[in-house]
Amino acid sequence: MIGLLQALGHWSLARVARLGRGHLFLVRTLASLPRLLPRPGLVVRELFSVGVLSLLIIVVSGGFVGFVLGLQGYVTLVRFGAEESLGVVVALSLVRELGPVVTALLFAGRAGSALAAEIGLMKSTEQLAGLEMMAVDPIERVVAPRFLAGFISMPLLAALFSVVGVWGGFFVGSGLLGVDAGAFWSQIQAQVDFRDDVLNGVIKSVVFGFVASWIAVFEGYDAVPTSEGVGRATTRTVVNTALAVLGLDFILTALMFGNF
Amino acid sequence: MFQGLDLDVPAGRVTGILGPSGTGKTTLLNLIGGRLRPSRGTVQVEGHDVHRLSRAELYALRRRMGMLFQSGALLTDLSVYENVAFPLREHTRLPEPLIRDVVLIKLEMVGLRGARALMPAELSGGMARRVALARAIVLDPVMVMYDEPFTGLDPITKAVIVKLIRELNQALGLTSIVVSHDVAETFSIADYLYVIADGGVIASGTPAELRQTDSPWVRQFVNGLPDGPVPFHYPARDYYQELLEGAAP
Repeated sequence: MIGLLQALGHWSLARVARLGRGHLFLVRTLASLPRLLPRPGLVVRELFSVGVLSLLIIVVSGGFVGFVLGLQGYVTLVRFGAEESLGVVVALSLVRELGPVVTALLFAGRAGSALAAEIGLMKSTEQLAGLEMMAVDPIERVVAPRFLAGFISMPLLAALFSVVGVWGGFFVGSGLLGVDAGAFWSQIQAQVDFRDDVLNGVIKSVVFGFVASWIAVFEGYDAVPTSEGVGRATTRTVVNTALAVLGLDFILTALMFGNF
Repeated sequence: MFQGLDLDVPAGRVTGILGPSGTGKTTLLNLIGGRLRPSRGTVQVEGHDVHRLSRAELYALRRRMGMLFQSGALLTDLSVYENVAFPLREHTRLPEPLIRDVVLIKLEMVGLRGARALMPAELSGGMARRVALARAIVLDPVMVMYDEPFTGLDPITKAVIVKLIRELNQALGLTSIVVSHDVAETFSIADYLYVIADGGVIASGTPAELRQTDSPWVRQFVNGLPDGPVPFHYPARDYYQELLEGAAP
């Protein structure tokens, strides 16, 4: 029993210490962001690897999610003779929820895991130590550009996901199932509010981008410098980001749409 | 890890720090470079207490230090040329033609001017260490620390690294600290040696003095004997008694 309590105590202390390290790391990362201003090339390079290279999975996933939403929405709405509202169902589902959330989950799997693995490998091959000994701050040179690139990319990718998803829903609803194209788009125009729906979706994607990028760079930087440690860091990045995004999504949704 | 460790590294000389694996040799280099903080005691470089310096002062000091890591620690996304140019680009505003000249001079010194377009993944272990050495001296430091520079190298490459350390030390007037467990190579280049174990210095002197030492521990280490004061067997219960007890672990 005492052994169990001891183990629980150790586990709790380790978690609290890690949480503290993570927050201190975030403060150092944020503090070094202004020093990137004279060197935009560092961020642009990471924007390519984090953002541009994620385009394919985002566009393809957005398209298929849109197809499914169009199909499922039509099957449900047609029972009530409300199939002309399909555009609103698809657009609101994407802009409010699926766009930011699914993009964040895909981002964690594609870009977040790559960031964690890259930084973790740099640590295990002493590249970060080498930078320190060359009087170059690894947080400023390695971590901050990647964090900023992730933070910038996520909302843009989420917006692209939603746009492609709406077009996917339109393709299935109007192109294959015969929903009137004018009704599809005019219902979206009339029912989707910029401030309540679009802006709130953008706020979600900004928050998710911040958290997903933070988790990815921290897990890489805090990885045990062995092949097993880097593997664990990569896995933790995906799992922790997914949990954090889903938890935050509930909180943000409650705050934005819960009328509390 | 260290208890009462006290050693001096004279300027302009090659100082070897020997000891078996796990005795804290790399930790010692990290203490000197300010990457680790001692719980007690001081580390002084050029009269500055490394661990009392501000971050800016520590970084300024590190610009005057070079370090050769065991793995080379080259940036894998940069070519050989860009790796060597990296400290110049980070810390100076030299024009590109001058950077090119400095990089080529340093690569020529380590014999790899012709390999400047290669990526780190295309280099052998010895070549990677030579590139890392060129990078370590590109800012003309006053001191270079070598962390296990001979480990895992073939005899020819070892000889090349030995030659480079000795020649660079003389040509550039460097203070060199060579941390290693390769006895023959370290004895061949060091002006003075420290042998560390059990958290402190157990012997020191010139290579000739250490070869004549009476210490059984140092004699075992220097001569590479499998048994002696450092036992071959990990501490365990009596062998025969354990066998007679059956299969219980």
